[in-house]
Amino acid sequence: MDFSSLDPVAMMVLLIGAATPIMLAALGELVVEKSGVLNLGVEGMMIIGAVCGFIVAVNTDSPMLGLLGAAVGGAVVSMLFAFLTQYLLSNQVATGLALTLFGLGLAALMGSSYNGIRPPRMARLDIGGLSDLPVVGKLFFSHDPVIYGSVALVFAVWFFLNRTRAGLVLRACGENHDAAHSLGYNVQLIRFGAIMFGGACAGLGGAYVSLVRVPQWTEGMTAGVGWIALAIVVFAAWKPWRVILGAYMFGGLTILQLSLQALGIHISGAYLSMTPYIVTIVVLVIMSADRKKASLNAPACLGKSFHASH
Amino acid sequence: MKFTKTLAAAAAMGLALAGAAQAESHGGDPVKAGFIYIGPVGDLGWTYQHDQGRQAIEAEFGDMVETSYVEGVPEGADAERVMSQMARSGVDIIFTTSFGYMDPTLNVAEGFPDVAFEHATGYKRAENVSTYSARFYEGRYVIGEIAGAMTETNKIGYIASFPIPEVVRGINAAYLAAKSVNPDVEFKVVWVYTWFDPGKEADAANALIEQGVDVIMQHTDSPAAMTIAEEKGVYAFGQATDMSNFGPNAQLTAIIDNWAPYYVERVGAVMNDTWESTDTWDGISEGMVGFAPLSDKMPADVAARAEATIAAIAAGEMHPFTGPINKQDGSVWLADGEVADDGTLAGMSFYVEGIEGELPN
Repeated sequence: MDFSSLDPVAMMVLLIGAATPIMLAALGELVVEKSGVLNLGVEGMMIIGAVCGFIVAVNTDSPMLGLLGAAVGGAVVSMLFAFLTQYLLSNQVATGLALTLFGLGLAALMGSSYNGIRPPRMARLDIGGLSDLPVVGKLFFSHDPVIYGSVALVFAVWFFLNRTRAGLVLRACGENHDAAHSLGYNVQLIRFGAIMFGGACAGLGGAYVSLVRVPQWTEGMTAGVGWIALAIVVFAAWKPWRVILGAYMFGGLTILQLSLQALGIHISGAYLSMTPYIVTIVVLVIMSADRKKASLNAPACLGKSFHASH
Repeated sequence: MKFTKTLAAAAAMGLALAGAAQAESHGGDPVKAGFIYIGPVGDLGWTYQHDQGRQAIEAEFGDMVETSYVEGVPEGADAERVMSQMARSGVDIIFTTSFGYMDPTLNVAEGFPDVAFEHATGYKRAENVSTYSARFYEGRYVIGEIAGAMTETNKIGYIASFPIPEVVRGINAAYLAAKSVNPDVEFKVVWVYTWFDPGKEADAANALIEQGVDVIMQHTDSPAAMTIAEEKGVYAFGQATDMSNFGPNAQLTAIIDNWAPYYVERVGAVMNDTWESTDTWDGISEGMVGFAPLSDKMPADVAARAEATIAAIAAGEMHPFTGPINKQDGSVWLADGEVADDGTLAGMSFYVEGIEGELPN
């Protein structure tokens, strides 16, 4: 075991890169769930975002336009889910699962002629003096724009949900949609908007994988990361800042397992892969053990279809 | 009355169809060849090369053959289901292209004694199940030699999938070759427990590069590691197919799995009714293992030595596993001049001396 070559800064940088797609998708899903909708189709939206972002980036030769395309792609696919669950009142769980499968298949179809193509590179931040600082430089000042954007998004989501009137209305739809409706708010429209935001974020997360982290397009490349994002929303008890914690933990454990192996330390990969899920279960148990605390966390109308009774 | 009529009609139709299927023997009707792939054809790696083989069959036999494939079939119960479905639909020969399809293939083969099964990289056979594999370790030896010469940090990274004998053979062969040209070389092996996961492969490549590795080898199926190597400015080797469009500067060469000649031969055997269960393990000399053009980043002497090694292995003058070689625990495996036999190689589950780290089980 050669600890001298262990580079915590390098590992942190890799960790941040691995965690960002999960974080983006989880943030979007958090807003959706706060509005009372359970969208299990995160994986489908992420991979559609990955393929849309890839296609747009390759055709316009601009990674930024690619990210925009990914957000649009994710939002469009989520509109299908929104229409089915809000206007046709289908079961949210089943529709979400169907969206995942649909998204995976559609993405494979769309991307079938894009195998083997290299996308335009995304520039990393390089502020002359700051980026060259020994530890802090690599850790804080040398990332690509998406990472800074994702952290800013966490604050934006927190601010929106907790400090603005619009956020309050959205939370009201999630807590008691009948009350919100009787106050005159259009619950379906608000949820529709939230779902589209969730789709856009998931799409962005997916595009990060196909444009920056890997970067190439291959079928099924998100490899189940969307499900992890769903778990993280629960782990974070629907609080935006805890999404960062959860995403970095999940991303970190994956990277840790690989880095430890590269170092020569052998903790069975199975244990490390298990840990994030075990931690989520433990958190869930703790949260539901205390009745008072539990009631403050999950939006009360999560997963229930809204049907105006008059 | 109506019901029994419908039932009778259905039964008649069923019999007629079955009769038609029976009539499709290899007299003049097209031979049907089916392929089960573990990953997508677009993986531009392992599965892509198998599909190239499938296309070669179509090119060779034209109308006399009909091919079909199912991609992305997980190993296990799903595989059995897909294979059974394929066999039932009248396919004459089924190629199952992953190690983990071994037991499913045997199970399905029992139920369809008239269908020929070809299992890639496995070791269990039956009367209608053949196995075939390529001596990839020969290819690994060549790239190990190149890697040992090209590394400047003396650290070579290996992205390994599952600890099965084939993967272990590859690691051992590459290490022995690298060590023979560079005694200070060190291998860092990372196990990703997947054949195909571009994200994880990219992460593994990044983790290895952060640890100082400057040449990367992989036993996984996507070009993700090559893409990362290109980005980070280190060298890498293409796996199963030429990955130079992902790594124009990074790829030194690639091991190319050339299944076409074998596939054409086996389908031809089915056509002539001469097919029987065999075990094929071909290497460089038979053309199953090929190489992408050697990169011009290699100094001339390294390239020349690689060519010479390829020629020597092809001619049978040299075997990558020639003693004296010890196992990792120090015990003697091969005496001086002794060549490993196929049986030990097929079941190899130990590292050779000099590789650090434990082999997971």
